[in-house]
Amino acid sequence: MTYILEVRELTKHFGGLRALEEVSFKVREGSIISIIGPNGAGKTTLFNCLTGITRPTRGHIHLGERELTGLPPHEIVRCGIARTFQNIRVFKEMTVLENVMVGEHIHIKTGLFQTIIRNSVFRSKEREAMDKAMEYLGLVGLEEKAFIPAISLPYGDQKRLEIARALATEPSILLLDEPTAGMNPQETSEVMEMILRLQRFGKTIILIEHDMKVVMGISETIVVLDHGVKIAEGPPDDVRRDPLVIEAYLGRESLVEA
Amino acid sequence: MSYSLKAFRGIMLVALWFSLLFLPFKGPLGAIILFASIVVSISLFRALRRVRFRGIKLSLPYSRYYTLFLLIFLFLFPLFVKDYYLDVAILSCIYVILTLGLNVVVGFTGLLNLGFVAFYAIGAYTYALLNLKLGLGFWQSLPFCLMASTIAGFVLAIPALRLRGDYLAIVTLGFGEITRLILNNWDSLTGGPNGLTGISSPVIFGLSLGRLNRYYYLVLFVVIICYIIIKRVRESKIGRAWLAIREDEISAGSMGVNVTLYKLYAFSFGAFWAGLAGALFAAKMQFISPESFTFIESVLILCMVILGGLGSIEGVIIGALILVILPEVLRGVQNYRMLALGIGLILMMIFRPHGIFGSTMIKKASEKIRVSEGANRI
Amino acid sequence: MFLQQIANGLTVGGVYALIALGYTMVYGVLELINFAHGEVYMLGAYLGIIFFGFFTVLGLTSHSLILSLSLTFILSALFCAAYGFTIERIAYRPLRNAPRLSPLISAIGVSIFLQNFVMLTQGATDKVFPQLFSTAGPEFLGVRITNLQVSIILISFLLMYLLHLFITKTRFGKAMRAVAQDRIMASLVGIDIDSVISMTFIIGSVLAAVAGIMVALYYGLVNYSIGYIAGIKAFTAAVVGGIGSIPGAMFGGILLGLVESLGAAYLSSEYKDAYAFAVLIAVLLIRPSGLFGQKREEKV
Repeated sequence: MTYILEVRELTKHFGGLRALEEVSFKVREGSIISIIGPNGAGKTTLFNCLTGITRPTRGHIHLGERELTGLPPHEIVRCGIARTFQNIRVFKEMTVLENVMVGEHIHIKTGLFQTIIRNSVFRSKEREAMDKAMEYLGLVGLEEKAFIPAISLPYGDQKRLEIARALATEPSILLLDEPTAGMNPQETSEVMEMILRLQRFGKTIILIEHDMKVVMGISETIVVLDHGVKIAEGPPDDVRRDPLVIEAYLGRESLVEA
Repeated sequence: MSYSLKAFRGIMLVALWFSLLFLPFKGPLGAIILFASIVVSISLFRALRRVRFRGIKLSLPYSRYYTLFLLIFLFLFPLFVKDYYLDVAILSCIYVILTLGLNVVVGFTGLLNLGFVAFYAIGAYTYALLNLKLGLGFWQSLPFCLMASTIAGFVLAIPALRLRGDYLAIVTLGFGEITRLILNNWDSLTGGPNGLTGISSPVIFGLSLGRLNRYYYLVLFVVIICYIIIKRVRESKIGRAWLAIREDEISAGSMGVNVTLYKLYAFSFGAFWAGLAGALFAAKMQFISPESFTFIESVLILCMVILGGLGSIEGVIIGALILVILPEVLRGVQNYRMLALGIGLILMMIFRPHGIFGSTMIKKASEKIRVSEGANRI
Repeated sequence: MFLQQIANGLTVGGVYALIALGYTMVYGVLELINFAHGEVYMLGAYLGIIFFGFFTVLGLTSHSLILSLSLTFILSALFCAAYGFTIERIAYRPLRNAPRLSPLISAIGVSIFLQNFVMLTQGATDKVFPQLFSTAGPEFLGVRITNLQVSIILISFLLMYLLHLFITKTRFGKAMRAVAQDRIMASLVGIDIDSVISMTFIIGSVLAAVAGIMVALYYGLVNYSIGYIAGIKAFTAAVVGGIGSIPGAMFGGILLGLVESLGAAYLSSEYKDAYAFAVLIAVLLIRPSGLFGQKREEKV
């Protein structure tokens, strides 16, 4: 297995606040890796740096040979990295289907002229995009709700919509920010199932999670952050026993339980 | 109609408050009249409120016959009406084009533009100048008008890219005003406040389009094309990208949309149509002056977009028609037009910000926030 | 000549600063550009003339000019405070949780309404203020400043100082600053948001009223459209200084006054109004947070 993503000495300061401090780790292609840590540890900042929303103060991100540091978000999507958001950010007024079709933006190759004259090439590409979008919705179980506005979906469905939307960009790496937040155990295991399915499709998955059952259940590697610093990295069993990790969480029970 | 004593007292107090406030301006007699009118209007208003029209979502019934009927009506229209109505119809068409253009910027993409009139003016003055100084005809000048306004849109977009809602509004306003000030003061080029006269009408295949009913068909044709093009662009990845930017810029970028580029597209595309409208305006009036291109005009066009419902193409067309035709119908009470506009704006934002055909989701979402913030106060 | 323009600039700048304070304070607590604020200034100017005329007719002015003027200031300020309060209650409070576009449009509506209201009731032509003050005044390094200009500058600076004291030393001032920082938190610690916001509008309106009357005295005539232009300029001043920052508004106002006077004298007086717009756009491009403002980042 090769390393698909490499993060080297990633640092981000917001004025005096040190959100990330020299974080380094490597991600193996086709693996599932979880980023965990107490609140404020810098996990979402890490995602933001990876996806180009935030520009790191120092450090590098490499996708294979390509340097990703400092690229704008839409470029990073082109490189094959997509994400979901912790506080859901679906396009509220657009329909569920349209949301996913926005995800296909970089793959729909129609120009202004074709759009205006609506030739058969345009129409067939739009048809294709719509069909593919329905497929993605099918993957997350939302096909029936394709034509309702995204804002009227219940919380859990909106999270699934975000995943479908991210998948539509055809990424090789999927960044999921707290995908099971606010879900009951039944929904949580459905999401776990889906993530494993995605892995079987060949995706690499990076997860931010607080639910230890999920983390311990499906991750191959766990990276632990605390106050912006990486304090542990390794397979679940090692991390679980790591004294530094236990100390950071002070939640002995939650680690042992899982 | 049943009044509780408390409600009655409330109305009296409010009426008294306003009469006193405006006493220095209206004098004692005026204040009394004001008092009476307020009491009457509030009472009427409360009665109307029982009719629940706040949450109703309107949608246009659609059928093929509808479109056919409409087209037939539009084409036969000039045969039955006096010139005055033709005039209003032509003006309506020009405003519809303007409104559709602004809708792309504000409605689809969510970028506030309070200086849209600048592009309108650039289109108009470009044609006027090319026609008067260089003798170019309408069709020959048109490409230049369109280029000029589109480039202006692009130029304004560049600083606008980085600015947040309110600031964007002010910068665009500034752009609009600076344009007007230049047009007003650069006498040698633009004729200053006196404007430019003697602009010629378009000629097509040797036939002059100066007569009203012929000009009507020209603008009608342009409007139809405008509608078709914008509708097609809206239902494509370009339209979806714009809507995504309006909904959530960061999210849109994270899905691969080049936000910067598409904002530029939006501004330029909108400006393109404004320039077209400007050229048509100049050709029709055969005279233009900076007075037609004030900030109030920009506000008016924005109102048409909001009234129709931000983003809804058919809605903004209707919004434009209402705001062009209504003042004409109410010509008798000319003076109070602007007063009504002012009050109308306030009332609309409070009671129906989504306009006629816009999505009612906006209102519901903001009501949710209000409820939760109220809960905090306990 | 140069110093003369400085004097002119300070006078005009003081006025701009007073109006700018209204904009900046309201933006600080509501994140709203109060488009209608310029109109309150205009109303103040008109009221100055109307009340002063009223007192003159009553014979008060011939009895004591000072008394007449003072009453004019007080009454106008009172009325404008009421106007500001009412505008907030009707046009902004219902929209407090609406998307940003709504109150902005509402504000434009108020502005249009007030302008046209005054135009209809007072006529479209200029209203005149009798020349009360002679053009006498101290001479200073070859510069002639009129007594009126000195008074305006003094009053402006005095009011600014008083506001500064109010904001920093009183409990209410502290409450205002709290609401500006974080409205929800402020309400959770027991601050009555509605009162604070109303008070903000009242204070801003009073300052604008004073500015309006002084301008009426200075130029001798007013017109229903002065609110719009002065409003844009004052807003520019507020942005230059950093919108939301009170010292910024004061500084911005004076700076703008100076730029305008010098520009009109040395460049071109025709484009006088355009300078404000140009400065505004330049500032928003180069440093949108203004000179004293803070950058606010969006949390993802």
